[in-house]
Amino acid sequence: MSDLRPRPRRSVGGGAGISENAIDRRAEFLRGLRVSLPLAAGVAAYGLVFGVLAREAGLSIADVALMSGIVFTGSAQFVALTLWAVTPPVLALAVTTLAVNLRYVLMAAALRDLFHQTPRVKALAAAFLVNDESWALTMGEVARGDASVGFMVGSSLALYVAWLGATVVGRVIGTAIGDPARWGIDFAFTATFLALLVGMVSGKRDILPWAVSAAAAIATSLYLPGKWYILIGGIAGATAGALRRDV
Amino acid sequence: MTFESLTAILAMAFAAYAVRASGLVIGRRLPQSGPVAEWLREVPAAILVAVVAPEIFRGGPAAVLGAAVTTLVMWMSRNLFLAIGAGVLSVLGARHLMAGF
Repeated sequence: MSDLRPRPRRSVGGGAGISENAIDRRAEFLRGLRVSLPLAAGVAAYGLVFGVLAREAGLSIADVALMSGIVFTGSAQFVALTLWAVTPPVLALAVTTLAVNLRYVLMAAALRDLFHQTPRVKALAAAFLVNDESWALTMGEVARGDASVGFMVGSSLALYVAWLGATVVGRVIGTAIGDPARWGIDFAFTATFLALLVGMVSGKRDILPWAVSAAAAIATSLYLPGKWYILIGGIAGATAGALRRDV
Repeated sequence: MTFESLTAILAMAFAAYAVRASGLVIGRRLPQSGPVAEWLREVPAAILVAVVAPEIFRGGPAAVLGAAVTTLVMWMSRNLFLAIGAGVLSVLGARHLMAGF
């Protein structure tokens, strides 16, 4: 738990509150890993469900391992199952994956302060690991002035291993622990994002952009399928915030 | 694994990586100050709001209670695990109670 208490800001590295010291890179990696373990357990629960559904959809064990290993995106993988066939529709699957994950363009762009000292090749390698949960945890760290690339990579790897492992196990054994919602695991993700948001509150000036984001996201979720609401709510809220703060 | 499924999975992997990498590349090329940079700084919180708002909206009274408990505990303790634990337990409790009626 002490991992999450505010610590003195390290001034090494140029970015605002970003630590890039090579010496504590390993410590940061391990901290990211540790902090992400509870979320990894939640991700694993959904991974088991994915494995079971993948078996029903006709994916082989190798299919599941390869998909989780190189696609690594729960939301698009679940949607892919609904499109899967003996001869899977390649174009439809690619377009769906792109559309479902369009939010990652915005999310990865927001990570730029974290990577501003990282060599291009390494940053492009780390981009593969971007996912909702560790992105949110990392942004929480940025808000506290404590973020590092090592933290983000450690956090992402914890979730990567959990997702890959659990989807394969689910495919092999063919049974999950039941509906994760029964254990409240569905709400664990909402609670995580909400708690991280609490750490980003800066005052009354947050009210307008956050209300715009919430309203746009809720409205979009009612009319558009998939995860469009995250992208549209995020764009609307950020725009409201930027306009507001310009005045 | 068939050739067809391999092709399909590779296409998905390409699409999934393309969005992530293009975000990173775009982010690095955008100016470090000015309106675009200001806008980008607003993105993280706006996205987190956009993730949770529909979940709470869809989740009904149990989710609203859970969200309130999570927020309160996080606000007072600044402990992520404690806040998540309290939120999940309150949602489970509320769902259990509501299922009983």
